[in-house]
Amino acid sequence: MGIETEYGISIDPVSGEEPIHPMVLSNVVVRTWAETTQLGQSGWDYSTESPLRDQRGTELRRVSAHPDLLTDVDAGMANLVLTNGARFYVDHAHPEFSGPEVTTALDAVVWDRAGDAILTRAAQLASETTGRRIRIHKNNVDGKGASYGTHENYLLERGTPFHRVVRQFSGFLATRQVFTGSGRVGIGQQSEQAGFQITQRADYFEAEVGLETTLNRPVINTRDEPHADPRRHRRLHVITGDATQAEWSTWLKVGTAALVLRALEANLLTEVPVLARPVEAMHRISHDPSCRATVADEQGRDWTAIAVQRCYLEACRRLCGRGPFGTDAQYQEALRLLEAWQDVLDRLEQDPLGLADRLEWVAKWRLLRSYLDRDGLDWSHPKLAMIDLQFSELDERRGLFTALERKGRIERLTTPEQVAAAVTDAPSDTRAWLRGELMRRHGSAVMAASWDSVVLDVPGRTALQRLEMMDPLGFTRDRMTPVLDAAGSLTQLIATWPS
Amino acid sequence: MSEQIHRTRRDEPEPEAPDLPGPAAASDAAQRRDEGLDDLLDEIDDVLEVNAEEFVRSFVQKGGQ
Repeated sequence: MGIETEYGISIDPVSGEEPIHPMVLSNVVVRTWAETTQLGQSGWDYSTESPLRDQRGTELRRVSAHPDLLTDVDAGMANLVLTNGARFYVDHAHPEFSGPEVTTALDAVVWDRAGDAILTRAAQLASETTGRRIRIHKNNVDGKGASYGTHENYLLERGTPFHRVVRQFSGFLATRQVFTGSGRVGIGQQSEQAGFQITQRADYFEAEVGLETTLNRPVINTRDEPHADPRRHRRLHVITGDATQAEWSTWLKVGTAALVLRALEANLLTEVPVLARPVEAMHRISHDPSCRATVADEQGRDWTAIAVQRCYLEACRRLCGRGPFGTDAQYQEALRLLEAWQDVLDRLEQDPLGLADRLEWVAKWRLLRSYLDRDGLDWSHPKLAMIDLQFSELDERRGLFTALERKGRIERLTTPEQVAAAVTDAPSDTRAWLRGELMRRHGSAVMAASWDSVVLDVPGRTALQRLEMMDPLGFTRDRMTPVLDAAGSLTQLIATWPS
Repeated sequence: MSEQIHRTRRDEPEPEAPDLPGPAAASDAAQRRDEGLDDLLDEIDDVLEVNAEEFVRSFVQKGGQ
């Protein structure tokens, strides 16, 4: 699994200046990082991108596709593959950090924070170089109608029927918001209604299922682009989540989703409530910070989000009760997740404010309400919208979440040392390791790379050599270190490459 | 792990919980928490952007995925 985040980016304006396009700004930030780390600029290998292919078995014709769907074309902007296995690049008008593949939710948190550290540092350096203040925000809306995403990716078996995902996973996504949201001042796509809601993204979801990601956003995204052997695997591309810095929010988000999907694949979700109107449910749940709003299932019964989540939790308990699965680390983490998930649901039901040291939306809500009370404001006051914005700013001195965490108000699950290491080191147990290691050892020879390939310019060979890495769980440190060490040179490595 | 009663289904809407004053210990804790928050707000005041309206108005993004 893995997390990819589009960050907000802006530059403090200078009077009389033409507005600078965010694509240009994003490019400056990414290139600054390339120069800082002396990484070669490798191109991206687009040959296995298939953004128009649909999990339901169809493919949209290019001429019918909205231009935003054509993510398989090189727009000539900076595109880095990092030594930690991540992709750091310009995605239209946003810098994007696509974290490396990981096998545990905790690792997902570690590399997600490494991404934040990279963005923070790159923006700081770009600001110094340009003499201008370039700001990065880890959020998902601008309050004026634009929304950008934080996506999660989960590896599924190709044999799992996709209609089961649509039916049994939508309710999970609509209700998990009560612990995954990062909070937002303003309700409605244009923030036309004053107030506070649990998530940034809910208002921008308008469909139950579909291929789009930039308009008419669906709760279940059907993009079929596995970046793996399509006969063995699917990649579920989840676009509903908020960007979160709070580690508990991120860990619970990814951990419970991965666990629920395991239960789904084991066909243990047949009894979960199926919501009658998932999109409406998503909005209703997001708009009620007391977590008491109810939504209807297909049978007309009403459920709170917490009650729906308890059903998923029970199914996952049954799954874990059957005995170990995956690696030891994965199973142990699953047991910890069950306990933590139970605890969060119980405490949300009692009083959400009790979770201000773990859940990002609660931390933000509590801070905002303190200002509201102290300064006698109401939700329409711009100061509150500003605090919401500054909460997500990635800046060591000015970021408000950063300030809360530094003051010990937010509980962490990782250490600064782990995160610092993850800025340069890849996870050892997925193909991210090989990708990162090839960049580290042979970066100047890497002409292009993608999630499932590395294209190398090998001395002695006229044609570029494309190394396939189709198995996300293959090409690990343990398997590849002997191969890399035994081959003295790149030429020898290609000659001895395991096929 | 302590035993939990799982309420997995509600057939009627839940009645509104009345606003009850908490026991003394809880309100002391709440007061301490609020005092801590006041200090926090003072510190955060120092880093808040000066012109809220301008700052919010000028934050414009292009839509993404």
